[in-house]
Amino acid sequence: MIVGARLPVALFALLMAAIPFIPGVPPFWIVLLDNIGLSALVAMGLVLLTGVGGLTSFGQAAFCGFGAYTTAVLTTTYGLSPWLTLPFSLIVSAIAAVALGLITVRLSGHYLPLGTLAWGLGLFYLFSKLEFLGRNDGISGIPPLAIGSLKMTDPGSIYFAIWIAVLLCALLTMNLLDSRTGRAIRALRRGHIAAEAFGIWTPRTKLLVFIHAAVLAGLSGWLYAHFQRTVNPTPFGAQAGIEYLFIAVVGGAGYVWGGVLGAAIVVILKEILQSYLPYLFHGEGQLETIVFGILLVTLLQLAPSGVWPWLTARLPWRPIRKPPDRSPPLPRRASTAADEDVLLRIDHARKQFGGVIAVNDVSFAVGTGEIVALIGPNGAGKSTTFNLITGVLTATGGSISVLGRKIDNAPPQEVTRLGVSRTFQHVKLVPDMTVLENVAIGAHLRGRSGALASMFRLDRAEEAKLLAEAARQIDRVGLAEHIDTQAGSLSLGQQRIVEIARALCADPILLLLDEPAAGLRHMEKQRLAKLLRELRDGGMSVLLVEHDMGFVMGLADRIVVLDFGTRIAEGTPEAIGTNPDVVRAYLGAVA
Amino acid sequence: MLFLLQDGITNGAIYALLGLALVLVFAVTRVMLVPQGEFVTYGALTYATLASGHVPGTARLALAMGTVAFCLELYTSRRSLHPWLVGRAIAIYILAPAAITALTYSLAGHQTSIFVNIALSLLIVGTIGVFLYRIAFQPIAHTSVLVLLIAAVGCHLALQGFGLLFFGAEGQRGPALSNVAFTISPLRFTGQSIAVYATTFALIAGLWLFFGFTLFGKALHATAVNRLGARLVGIRTALSGQVAFLLASVIGAISGILIVPITTLYYDTGFLIGLKGFVAAIIGGLVSYPLTAVAAILVGGVEAFSSFYASNFKEVIVFTLIIPVLLLRSLATPAVEEEKD
Repeated sequence: MIVGARLPVALFALLMAAIPFIPGVPPFWIVLLDNIGLSALVAMGLVLLTGVGGLTSFGQAAFCGFGAYTTAVLTTTYGLSPWLTLPFSLIVSAIAAVALGLITVRLSGHYLPLGTLAWGLGLFYLFSKLEFLGRNDGISGIPPLAIGSLKMTDPGSIYFAIWIAVLLCALLTMNLLDSRTGRAIRALRRGHIAAEAFGIWTPRTKLLVFIHAAVLAGLSGWLYAHFQRTVNPTPFGAQAGIEYLFIAVVGGAGYVWGGVLGAAIVVILKEILQSYLPYLFHGEGQLETIVFGILLVTLLQLAPSGVWPWLTARLPWRPIRKPPDRSPPLPRRASTAADEDVLLRIDHARKQFGGVIAVNDVSFAVGTGEIVALIGPNGAGKSTTFNLITGVLTATGGSISVLGRKIDNAPPQEVTRLGVSRTFQHVKLVPDMTVLENVAIGAHLRGRSGALASMFRLDRAEEAKLLAEAARQIDRVGLAEHIDTQAGSLSLGQQRIVEIARALCADPILLLLDEPAAGLRHMEKQRLAKLLRELRDGGMSVLLVEHDMGFVMGLADRIVVLDFGTRIAEGTPEAIGTNPDVVRAYLGAVA
Repeated sequence: MLFLLQDGITNGAIYALLGLALVLVFAVTRVMLVPQGEFVTYGALTYATLASGHVPGTARLALAMGTVAFCLELYTSRRSLHPWLVGRAIAIYILAPAAITALTYSLAGHQTSIFVNIALSLLIVGTIGVFLYRIAFQPIAHTSVLVLLIAAVGCHLALQGFGLLFFGAEGQRGPALSNVAFTISPLRFTGQSIAVYATTFALIAGLWLFFGFTLFGKALHATAVNRLGARLVGIRTALSGQVAFLLASVIGAISGILIVPITTLYYDTGFLIGLKGFVAAIIGGLVSYPLTAVAAILVGGVEAFSSFYASNFKEVIVFTLIIPVLLLRSLATPAVEEEKD
């Protein structure tokens, strides 16, 4: 989807560049293409925000408004040159995005789209009431864009400005998605717990996407102002905001080119309906909204995930991804484990949910190079203990320390940094990302490149190292032949192994595995046990929760047994197997 | 001061009704019911048209939608067509709307009582609501909230276009339910505003009883919480969706009929009214009925006060009101919430 898409893009750019020079192309088509380009810019931002990042926004039209009004005021009232106002337009949109985003990205679930609808409407009414923005009449007499003496007054000349912007932004956005930051963005939609467990600051990442989408919308607004040469509040209202969203959804909300395709579909459809329906039905007004609405619903029923993926699935060829080079080395964590005996110490950890005590003053320790199993019946508090260690939950009492450093109530990102990485009982992979990309999320903290570096491809050396490390870990867990498979299409057992590879990619000193053997076949379990022994012999410690007793007994150096949140036994597998308390907990009281 | 408050409460009661309907539909089907506003205008204008002795176009729309729904029903169950099933489909999707349309035509032009008109309007809009779910949403019921939302916007556009076609661009008013009015100084109460309060209260109480104390209400609630689980215990989720849409469209139509004697309604007025109901529903968190009702009264009050003191910025104030509320609600809900597609 992302790499190997260069050639089609170049062909598309050539085609778009050639269109105005084809003799006989009606000027009206050029106007349509201009409009498509303007919508495509906004929709592209929405693709990143909504389709990829999972943040639904109705308010994008308002950001176009910021871009358009900024240049309108600066060029008419202050007489600035249109090119000079471009950075201002973008910066104002970005600042607005930061201000609104700081509030909005904190909204969870369905509050978020509604919040954006609310400020979208509020800003629209604000645009139409403020004196210096010309109230409902808006601002007219905006100067055209000009290069030297060439004034872009007609649709044919601004066409180039618009489509250069569209193509550039599409390339930058695709570059961004195919990078360390891009993986963080793509992980957002699947909830924040897995992302945060590998050091991604989800609110910051959400804000970044928000700003990116707003800047694209601001750019569209800036172009719009110099294209129309006049601005008024109407195109920046809620109606327009909703329309941008369905452009993205119709085209395929998960795909950059889906935004462009969606814009083409919607703009052309509306144009056809507006110009032909009146002839068919002799001037019965507003028929086009009816037909448009019905077509929209029909289109969604035929292709719920958008037209772009529907089309690409029918292409005879598929973009091929180059297998990653395994050689570039990624520096490992400075060894701190050697001089400490105890890696993880849990001292009277306690977690209460209201009146329920899930973890009741549990204490145990994990030493260096040791495999410890945490077992117990369902509801014994094993996963809660994991969540306390990794910072997903905050403990009610007690203390937890890694290498002597207290980590109680540190956020998950900090715990990961200390060298604790984990897998989840319920697999948390991004199903529409490949195994390689999923595993590379594990190496998030081992890279530094930011969004701008990725957009301009300054991150390639580091990216190669991260992908090489991910590929090496995939080889290590034995999933090499699935490296380019979408994670969601693997069996549950294989997905668990992918999670282990992802955890290994973080270069941990302590690996927390939550039921790693569940769903594995016998041979796979043996392979997993062998891998874990190898890791231990390499100096890594493993703490695992597991229900498969055969697996645990053969693998663990030590076993800690929990029942009803309390530690009831601790010892070697042999001792635990004959411990009367443990037998009672598992099989009930012996009469 | 007080009359502003009174005005706010009257509007707020209407927003509360719409907010409740939105919460209901969202909870059961995950559809954000953008066309809720159209149910309001359809109800109001159908009622006004009937009162003026004409046949409203909505009756024909119900029949047309029934035909489409019938075809869809036959198409989706084409592999297992029992005569019984076909008969049922004919009864629901063809005969029922045909009977309603016939009734409308036969009554048009006669002096009918207000209550006949109201009942007929509710019937027409209710059928449209059910068929809308069958046609537009049932086939994509499994997709993401976003896709459902966009489909809802499509429905809103189509229905609004039909509204213009049926009722024209001019606004209409309908006859009041009662012309009683009395004054408790300094406030003047009209029969209509009393009707608004009473209906709102009765509907809220009714919904509460329905969901709390009937098996079907509980089944709807179960569908809302877990679709798959509900199906596994034998609840027909498609039916739940249709019932939710039936309730929402009838509630929308009732709100329309309640306000059309007070304010002039245009074919596109419903959208903004629905949107304010939306605001109330959001403040109520899309889950709680009493909270939604309280929030709606708050929205109505804020609207009344801001239209008096800062009328230019009335809409700005109403719509930005919810952002701090949303923020508070987000912070209050635990962060360990996983989103699923």
